[in-house]
Formats: sequence, C-alpha cells, structure tokens
Amino acid sequence: MTTLGIAQIAICLGGLLLLVKPLGAFMAAVYEDRRTWLDPILRPSEHLIYRLCGVSPTEEMNWQTYAVAMLVFNFLGIGAVYLLQRGQGFLPLNPAELGAVAPDGAYNTAVSFATNTNWQNYGGETTLSYLTQLLALTTQNFVSAATGMAMFAAITRGLVRRNAQTLGNFWRDLTRSTLYILLPLSLVLAVTLVSQGVTQTFAPNVMARLVQATQTTSGELVTHQTIAVGPVASQVAIKQLGTNGGGFFNANSAHPFENPTPLSNLLETVAILLIPAALCYTFGKMVGDTRQGWAILAAMLIIFSVFLGIAVWAESAVNPIFAQLDIDQTLTDAHPGGNLEGKEVRFGIANTALWTVATTAASNGSVNSMLDSYMPLGGLVALVMMQLGEVVFGGVGSGLYGMFAFVIVAVFIAGQMVGRTPEYLGKKIQVYEMQMAALAILIMPLVVLGLTALAVVTDAGTASIFNPGAHGFSETLYAFSSLGNNNGSAFAGLNANTPFYNLAGALAMLIARYWLAIPMLAMAGSLARKKKTPESAGTLPTHTPLFIGWLVAIILIVGALNFLPALALGPIIEHLLLGVGV
Amino acid sequence: MVAQLNSALRMLGVMTLIAGGLYPLAVTGIAQITFAAQAHGSLITAEGQIIGSTLIGQPFAAPKYFWGRPSATAPFPYNANASAGSNLGPTNPALIAQVQARAQALRAADPDNRAPIPVDLVTSSASGLDPHISVAAADYQAARVARERRLSVAHVHALIDQSTTSRTFGVLGEPRVNVLLLNLALDATQ
Amino acid sequence: MDTYTNKSEKPKPARSALYRRAVLDAFRKLNPVSLSKNPVMFIVEIGSAVTTGLTLQALVGQGEAPAGFIGAITVWLWFTVLFANFSEALAEGRGKAQAETLRRARRDTPARKLKHPQRDAPSEQVPSTALRRDDVYLAQAGEIVPADGEVIAGIASVDESAVTGESAPVIREAGGDRSAVTGGTRILSDWLIVRVTAHPGEGFLDRMIGMVEGAQRQKTPNEIALQILLAAFTIIFLGVCLTLLPFSIYSVRAAGAGKPLTLTVLIALLVCLIPTTIGGLVSAIGIAGMDRLIRRNVIALSGRAVEAAGDVDVLLLDKTGTITLGNRQAVAFIPVNGSSEALLAQAAQVSSLADETPEGRSIVALAKEKYDLRAPSVSAGGNTYDGMTFFPFTAQTRMSGVNFNGTEIRKGAPDAMFDYLRQHGQPPPAALQTIIEEIAKHGGTPLVVTRNGEPLGAIHLKDIVKGGIRERFAQLRKMGIKTVMLTGDNPLTAMAIAAEAGVDDFVAQATPETKLQLIREYQAGGRLIAMTGDGTNDAPALAQADVAVAMNTGTQPAREAANMIDLDSNPTKLIDIVEIGKQLLMTRGALTTFSLANDVAKYFAIIPAAFASTYPALQALNFMALATPTSAVLSAVIFNALIIVVLIPLALRGVPYRAVSAAQLLRDNLLLYGVGGVIAPFIGIKLIDLTLVFFRLVP
Repeated sequence: MTTLGIAQIAICLGGLLLLVKPLGAFMAAVYEDRRTWLDPILRPSEHLIYRLCGVSPTEEMNWQTYAVAMLVFNFLGIGAVYLLQRGQGFLPLNPAELGAVAPDGAYNTAVSFATNTNWQNYGGETTLSYLTQLLALTTQNFVSAATGMAMFAAITRGLVRRNAQTLGNFWRDLTRSTLYILLPLSLVLAVTLVSQGVTQTFAPNVMARLVQATQTTSGELVTHQTIAVGPVASQVAIKQLGTNGGGFFNANSAHPFENPTPLSNLLETVAILLIPAALCYTFGKMVGDTRQGWAILAAMLIIFSVFLGIAVWAESAVNPIFAQLDIDQTLTDAHPGGNLEGKEVRFGIANTALWTVATTAASNGSVNSMLDSYMPLGGLVALVMMQLGEVVFGGVGSGLYGMFAFVIVAVFIAGQMVGRTPEYLGKKIQVYEMQMAALAILIMPLVVLGLTALAVVTDAGTASIFNPGAHGFSETLYAFSSLGNNNGSAFAGLNANTPFYNLAGALAMLIARYWLAIPMLAMAGSLARKKKTPESAGTLPTHTPLFIGWLVAIILIVGALNFLPALALGPIIEHLLLGVGV
Repeated sequence: MVAQLNSALRMLGVMTLIAGGLYPLAVTGIAQITFAAQAHGSLITAEGQIIGSTLIGQPFAAPKYFWGRPSATAPFPYNANASAGSNLGPTNPALIAQVQARAQALRAADPDNRAPIPVDLVTSSASGLDPHISVAAADYQAARVARERRLSVAHVHALIDQSTTSRTFGVLGEPRVNVLLLNLALDATQ
Repeated sequence: MDTYTNKSEKPKPARSALYRRAVLDAFRKLNPVSLSKNPVMFIVEIGSAVTTGLTLQALVGQGEAPAGFIGAITVWLWFTVLFANFSEALAEGRGKAQAETLRRARRDTPARKLKHPQRDAPSEQVPSTALRRDDVYLAQAGEIVPADGEVIAGIASVDESAVTGESAPVIREAGGDRSAVTGGTRILSDWLIVRVTAHPGEGFLDRMIGMVEGAQRQKTPNEIALQILLAAFTIIFLGVCLTLLPFSIYSVRAAGAGKPLTLTVLIALLVCLIPTTIGGLVSAIGIAGMDRLIRRNVIALSGRAVEAAGDVDVLLLDKTGTITLGNRQAVAFIPVNGSSEALLAQAAQVSSLADETPEGRSIVALAKEKYDLRAPSVSAGGNTYDGMTFFPFTAQTRMSGVNFNGTEIRKGAPDAMFDYLRQHGQPPPAALQTIIEEIAKHGGTPLVVTRNGEPLGAIHLKDIVKGGIRERFAQLRKMGIKTVMLTGDNPLTAMAIAAEAGVDDFVAQATPETKLQLIREYQAGGRLIAMTGDGTNDAPALAQADVAVAMNTGTQPAREAANMIDLDSNPTKLIDIVEIGKQLLMTRGALTTFSLANDVAKYFAIIPAAFASTYPALQALNFMALATPTSAVLSAVIFNALIIVVLIPLALRGVPYRAVSAAQLLRDNLLLYGVGGVIAPFIGIKLIDLTLVFFRLVP
C-alpha cells in the first residue's frame, strides 16, 4: 500500500466522519419532526404533498399498518417500473428509439429498483429510454431509499418509545426522507458532479468522427463513435446517496461520464457511505445516547478497515502469470500498477479498492471497476462484505436495522453472560424479539447458499458462467450474495439476463428486502410496547470498546463463517492456486 | 388496506413527479447554465464537427499514435454506446492469451524497446472507454511515436507533459495522460 | 433461623448410584420423541442414525468410504447425543432423590373429613386423595396432615421436617401468620381443624416434587429465547452443509479431480458446526440452577421466577430479620431529673423480670452487666415472686410493669408513658423529651421507665444490624441492585438504621398498602422488584412483586402469592436467590459463547480435509497440521463430543458469580469463554489428532 493510497483513504474516511455528526443530527430532527433550517422552503411543499395524497401525517400507525403501507407502496412501485419498461417504445423521451424490455428482464429490473438492489441485467445505454431512466429508475432510487430510511425511523422509535402501540406514520417518514434529506443532498451532489464532467442533458446521443478509424470484430470499418449521453448526473447523485447503485451506463461508475475525475470519485465514495454512516448518529440522537450510535459506527468501521486493508493489498499484488510475460505491475509515481484489468487509470488501486469495499459494505453496488477481474482475495473481500448481511453500513436505513438484528443477538448472548435477561437500551430482549432476530438473520444465508447451489447444478445456472474453474463458482456465488443482500454489484461476466437468473434473482431480492424488514418492524412493535429499564451498574453497557469488539466478533462468526466453505471453493482456492506474490 | 392503496397510488404519482420530473429538470436547468460544456459531454470539435470527448477514449492502433488502454467493448473497441469491461478473471487462460497478444503487438511495433511493459497497456479498462494511460505507459511509447513521426523524443515528451493531468490537490487519483488529446496534439504539430 | 448449613440429614444418594442411574437415563433419553424437544440434539441423533445406516452399507461392501471411518464417526456421533443426555440425567438425579423423600411423605393417608368446622362435628374417614378444596378435616396428634390447608381452629405443634428438613417443631394455629399447614407433615401435639386449599395433586408438596424432579420443568423465557437462537443457527448450518454437496459436485467438475463430498463428512461437519455444546448442556444448566436453589432450601414455584431473580433491580427488604437481628437490645440507661443511672437500671431490671421477650431479657442482662444487679429468677409465666405483681404488656395499656412493696414501676413506649404521667399529674419533663428524641435520632427505640408516677429516665433499645450485611449491600450496589429497607419505625429511627446498614433507600412507617404502592411505582419505572414476606397482609405486595419469596412459616395466602418459598424462612436469603438467578443466566451465556467460538477451529479442521481430493491446495488452511483428512474429521467430531463431558461439571456447578459490575463480568467472561472458546478446540483437536496417529487408529 502506498503512502498516497493511505492518504486518499484517510481523506475519504476523514471527510465522511466529519459529515456524520451534522447530517446525523439534521436527520434526527427530520424524524423527530423538529424544525430544521430547510423548513421555510420545504414545510409548505410537505403539506401540499400530504394534501395531494390524502394522508394525515399525524395519524400514528402500529407496526402492522406501517408494514402494509410500506408493502403496498413498494409493490405499486414494482408494477410501475415494469409497465414503463414494457411500454417505453410507445412513450416519449426515447431518442434512441429503444423497444420494450423482455418480460423476465423487466420484472427483474422492477424488483431490483424497488428493493434498493439496483442489480442491472441490462446495459443502460442500450436498453432503457430516458423516460424509463427518469420516471422509473430515478423515482425508485429516491423512494426505495426513502423506504429504507422510513423503516429505520420506525424501528428506532420502537426502541425509543415506551408503553406505546405505534411507530410513526409511513407516509410522513417517506415524504420527509425524500424531501428534507435525499433531494437537497442529491441536488448539490448532482450539480457538483456536472462540474467534473458528468453529463446532464436530454439531447440525443452524439456522433463523433474517430481520429483513427477502427474495425468491428467481424471486420467492418468503423469511422464514427456514438457517444451515449443523457441526464446522468441527476441519477448518479441519488444512486450513490440512496445506496442504489444502478448506473446510467453499463460500466456504471467506471464510465467516464458517470465518474470522470478523482474528485468526482472521492465525492461519490463519500456519498455511498454518507447516509448509512450518519444514520448511526441519528440513531444515537433519537435514543438519547449518541454513544450508542458511535459504537455501532465504530463496529462498522473496524470491519470495514480490516477488509479494506485486505482488498488494497490484494489488488496491489503482482499477478504471477503476468510477471512471466515481462509486464511491469509495480506501483510507482508514474504508474498505478497492480491488477489493472477492469480498472481505470485515473483512480489507481487504492481508490478503486476503497470504492469496491464501500460499495459492497454499503449495499450500493455501483462499481468503478470490474469486480470479476479482481484478484481472488480482492473479490473475496467484496463477497464477504455482502455476505455479512449488508450491515456494515449497508443500505440506507436497511443496513442499520439489519445491524440491529446482530446487535440483538450480541446483546442476547452477552446479556446472559452478565447474569440478566438481556436488554438493549433498556428494552428487554425476550422470546419474541429473539424469534424476529432469528428470522431476520437466518434467511439470508439460506437464500444465498440455496440459490447458488441450485445454479451450480442446473444447466440453466451453469450456462451463464463466464470464467472457468473456481472463478466460475465465485461468479454464481457473487450473483446470489449480491441479490440476496440487495447489493446489486456483480461479477459481471456472468450472463444474468436469462429467465433463470432473472426470476431466481427477483425472488432473492424480494426475500432479502422484505423478509428482513418485516420481522424487524414486528420486533420494533413489540419493543415499543415495553417499559424501559433504567440503567444501572448491572446493565450491560453497549457503547464500550468491549461491546464493540464483541459485536464485531458476532457479525464475523454469525455472518461470515457460514460462507467459509463456499468461499474456500471459490476465491480462496483460486488464490491458493494462483500462488500470488507481492 | 384500501385507504393505504389509495394513498400509495397518489404518493407514487407525486413522488414520480418530484423525483422523476422536477428533480432532473432542476439539475439540468442549473447544469445548463453553470457547466454547459460538461453537461453536454465535454465534446471536442474540429472544423465544426464533433471529433470526440475529452472524457471518452478512442481506439488507436497505428504506430504513429499513442495507444490507449485495451478496450473490451463490442463490437469494436471504444464503442461509447456500449461501455463494458472484459470481466475476465485473473486466472482465466483467455485473459493470459489476450495480455500475451497485446504485449506481442506492442513489442512488434517497437522491437528495440526492451523495457517491461506497463500493465495498463495490456489490460483492458473497466469501462472500455478509459481516456487515459499512465505516464509510464506514455513514456514507454514515446520513442516509437517519435520515430514514426520523425519527431525528437524530447518534443514528444513535451507533448506528453502537456496532456498529463497530475493528482488532484497533489493527492487524489493518479497522474495520467489523455491519449486522445495527446494524439490530437501530435497531429496538430505536423 | 440459621441458614442451610445443617442439612446433612437430607438423604444424599451415593455418587456411584447417581452416575449409574444417569447413564441408564442417558440411553432412555435417546427416545426421539423426548429428544425432539431439543432441536440441536435431535439433529445430531438423526445424523447418527443416518451414519449408522451408512456404516452398515459400507460393511456389506458398497460404502461411500471405508467402513472403519464411517463406523468411528457414527460411534462418536452417538456419544455426542449420549453425553448430552447424560448431563441432563445427572442434573435431574439429585432432584429425583429429593423428590423420592418428598414423595414418601405424600403417601396416601386417611383423613378425618368433618361436616362442619367443629371438633365434635360428625366426621367420616376418607383417603387424602378424596379431599377437595374447601373440605374441612380434623388432624390430631400423631397423625399425618392429609392435605394443604389453612387452620381454622385449634393450635398444634407440627413436625415439618419432611418438607423443610428442619427438625424443630413449629406451632400452627388459626388466624395470624402461622395458619398454613402442608400435607405430609406430622401433628406432634394437640389438634387442628383445617380447610383444604388445594385439590389432590396440586398441593404444595406436589408442586415441590414436580419442581425438584424437573418433570414439570417448564422452559424459562430466556431458555426458550436461547433455544430459538440455537435453532436458527442449526437451520443456517443445515443450509450450509446441504448446499455444500452441490458446491462440491460443481467443484469436482470445474477442477476435474477428486470426488464429491461423502454424506458422512457432511454430517460430521454439520454436527461439529451446530451448537451441540450449549445445545447438549442447556437443560442440564436449567435443572442445575433449580437444584442450587433447592440445596439452599428454596423452592421456586416457577422457573420464570428464578430467571427474574437475576434481573432484579430493587430488593425490598424488611428491616426486622433481614437487616437487623429480629430483636432490639438495651444498650444504655439514661436517667432524668436527678435520678441516678443505677436506680434507673434497677427499676428497669425489676420491671423486666417477667418479660420473656428478647428486649426484656436484654434489659435484665444490661443491668446485670453494668451494675452487677443480680435479679431474682422468675418462673416462666409466673405472675408473682416474693410479693411482686407483674403487669404484662397489653395492647390497651401499651406498657408493662411490676408492683411490689407499694412501689409501682412501669415502662413503655414514650407516648403511652406520657399519658400515664399526665394521669398522675406529672407533665412529661422537657429533659426526658430531649433524651427520647436523641435516642430516636440514633436509630434507637426509647422506653420510658417510671417509679410511682415519677419519671426515672429512658432505656435505649437498639436495633442490631446483622454482621456483614453492609458489605453485602455494597456488593449488591456494584451489581446494580438497589436495596430498599421497609420498616414500621418512624422516619428518624429508620434513617439512622438505613445509614448504619448501608441500604440505598428506606421507607418508614411502612404499611402493606405502602409496600404495594412502592412496588407498583418501581415497576412503572421499568424496574424488577424482589421482596420477602410472610404475613397475610404481605400477600398483595408479594403477588405484585416480580420475585416474591414467602417464608415457609408464613400464612397460606402469603405462600400462594409468592413464587418462591424459603423453607428456612430466612429473609436474608433473597440475596442468595438473586445470585443464583444470575449464575443460571451467566452459565448459559458463557457456554453459548464457548460453543459458537468453537466453530472457528472446526471449520479449519474439516474444510481442508473435506475437499482434499478435489483441491489439495486447500491444505494451506490446515493450520493445525492435522495428519490426514480422515484423522482431521474424526478429531473434530471426537472433540465435539468430549467437550460436552468436559463441561458437564461447569454446567452443573454454574459459572462462578462475583459481585462486580456488568462491564467487568462481560470482559472476564468474554476473555475466558470467548477467546478461550476460539483457542481451546485448536489445541484439543490437535491433541486428539496426535493421539489417533500415535495409536495408529487412523490410516
């Protein structure tokens, strides 16, 4: 790892941490319905929205009502995205005259965007019209993120409230998340990105005359380059902030129009982690003890840093096979070096590895490099970050409430060890909470491993595998790890636009999103009804370094160990066979 | 349930209007005023004709040009309407074969150059549109281009320097050479 | 009312007999119906059954692996189940032995059922099992009490040793706080008319038998929650192992080498990964926790209460008997109005000669000690001695005293004595009032002594705080438990004693209503309350408290309202109960941590071995350098079985509890059971591997 590499990582994470407190406090105000400095501008629009939608924002919902509202809204969203894709050929704002998307692919994409996964089985510039990108995808980028944040707010209220039946109002939480948090941040980020070269236009694609003509693989002469442009910046901003990750272009944030400079790269990396990290502070603020929020953030950062170290090391390494061909892979001032297959020169190794760990840690899934071409251990890091259950940062909102399931398990075991019925923030963790946490935790490994198993023994599954050997296994494992955790990144060699992967993937995304959310909401409903036990010397402290360490251990043992056998047959054996040297 | 459905439908409509309509329009409006060139794609024009974008690479295969990163786009390299990486894994024999072929092509075009080849010249970029190569990769090709164009190596190096972007704030990213701009500058000198 | 130290008379089964029975029970518990209640061990049993089948298949020559290997795995899998069963059986063993004793007391006895609750009412002889609630029976000297009930007439001394182990007889009488009788106890003298309070089979003794035997053992809430967590892990690992077969099939194809995983190795991996250590020991831990209570002569009427004891935030403690010795002692004579201390002492002594209460005796003793006043001995219960006429304390006069030689000595509570003085035309002197206030301020109880209507002074009676109780409370505070003293004393006295005993808070002039109110207030604040009680008027508070310990000498309503009964009737034991509750939870938590931490090593033992034929390079993960794949898998399985046996003593004894803060407890336990749990199997598996290789037990 080079000094400059470390410096860039430090700048990114340092900048992130500086933003955590102000943004976190602001978001707490948003969810506690306190006045913010945006009120003069936004309060009138907020009330207009409630009027237009015929909702009463003060009406409190119990967890069941909250869940129903969330599900109905999300499923309508899936329907809308599906219909827009199927009908885009007849709709305006389609300068490239793209036709309808195939039903299975359209369904997969619809589920993908509504569940905040943003797995893309298509090349954006060659598949979707501007109208679809905007009305379907950009809208879902906002509302799927807002859904996750609303759920977070409701679940946190379960820990805050006592002897209460309700968790808040879904419509209010959704509206306020969008209006006060996502929209202003996106607007600022989008304009900044345009300044770096990200396009933002409704004009059709540009034809450019090539300086030197070239040939297609079949030998036809090519004299012009069609440069795809479009309203990119507005979508990129929200795709990063909302941990969506679905790119405007096929190459996602590796594409120079999505991520043109090292500065845009820095801003986007921070944007990926920003809201998930700041929500930790919001959480602490809402429960009235910011140490609790910092503790969770610390646990996230510890896991993040360890795996980041591995990834940077792995990608800086020399591929021994290339070394035999007299190829210079060293990292120098004039040369990024390392494993540059599937990477862009402007970012270099450290930035790229940082992005990859960030995008897989947060369930973002946008990429600035092609993960399929990573060194085995670099790919392993990306896999593990997802297989932890997307709780290290994770999706906006969903990462933190997924983390709560691990906190509950950690508290449960540790609480017993200090001789009390476990309690978290004064709320007793009893049978019902344990049932819900167990439901939330067990489903992910079962879905990921089960669907991977199905894929590797059926022709429908293996036919899509691109790379041979153990790496091919990693591709399949990666696909379902990503889908089963609503991440959306891919070992993109796998041809996922087949009926099998589209349908199995949609199933995995639906389960990952809602099977996690509903038990957690139910748990919050139960916690809200409880009394709050006052803190005493007999209370298990959940903000100490010791507890943070314990939480990290639980996440690694419960989350990662399940996948060790599978990883051994994928990246680990590939690494051992490659005999990597540094 | 019915009430929720009603609210959900209307909420989806309002959100689509705001997030899918007003928001991108607002960004577009601001961008068109403040950063019009970037918003349209940082395009380069010559004699009234668009000949590329500073951010999008182009394929170069002639020895007199600097070559960029290998591109895995289909059906031809640097297809800016279908960005893509190769997705070849590090142990994939196909990748090894490609790297080998690229190395051979570079050596064939410049047989006297015995230096190890910088890795960015033999590995395909993530987007297939990477406009840059490393400074080392440009230096590696400088002698060849100078010879083909009958220019002094020093002159070529000067042009490389002109097309080189250093690290942002001295820290961020990698020093890099914009291949298209460099080749345009070369063409302009003759 | 000393504690549980002298319970040697209770029959303890011989160690060997206990083990023999446990071994037999371990096999009996293989019955899948009973085992299915424990999902973890049930899975192991199914796995064992499958590998048994695979062994047989291998023996006839079509096995997936050598019969010796599958056979060895099979044997150790069965051992795993048996060891777990054994731990449970062993834990139940001691309880069973005690249940036997209790059951002997419950034998069917004839009962004299009365038509009306009168001694001479017509009666009929019925078996005790025919008695129903609200029936009335007569029990006479030499008879066994046929059923639980409440005394409605009569007084008798009762031998309750069958239930309590305490050989001294106790008095049972109608009304008051000693009105409950327990079926199976024996009337020693006199007679009782009793109203039955429980149907047959539901009596106190039956419940006790059920509890100690573990037969009626209901899983406690935390145990259920833990079982859910363990079940979730089991399901996950089941998924991990089931999917490993397709993965290995693919890998064999991709690598073009080796063979897919055998079912035997898959089952071995599964059993090693699922939390068998805690799964196997969890019920033993629960039973042993109850047993620890029983050994301290506390019967928990619900397992939930034992766990709640660990959670308690606030202990409501009656001053008398818990914090102070049951009686006050005279510590000083303070004369007033020119009277001398010696005169006061003498008068006080004389007036107390017939007072058999501890206070009275302490006055006599203090006078003797200070002025060597030798009191003439007084026959118990006698009213006269050498012309003395004693007036015992009555509720009306609220004073006691003696008349002799025309002298009238009286002593009593200040307000009563002031009235008495006023009646004799003597306004209470201001100096006396000052003395009284001074005594009260120091936590004492003043008694005013007069002679012939003239005040002589006051006796300072003092509550004696139990030795070591202050330290005990300090420990509780460290554990985060608040102690609240309840007393009928006035606030001044209460404050002084509270300060001396080191309680966190006190409630003076407490009535049953204030107790109930206090509990509700604390509970509304989210706290869990424990209290002890014995009187009928304690019953509402006991019912409201989360952990309610009734004294066995208490009334039937108090015992009904409580969720634990202390057979020794020692209120201080509440603190022990809290510690036992905590220990129970800690033991579970510690072993769960250990069990999970063990998985790390097991993965590294089995995974390289399992895929050795397909990917020999995975040997790089064989950190323990286990000799061969066969020995690696076998060693992991053997370790997994043996660790259960190794931990049985810990499960039964419980993790040692120390009164330190939660943060410190967590640190120590995490270090020991978490870090230890990661390291131990690496060493253990390696040692087993070395042994197997040394004795050439593996190829």
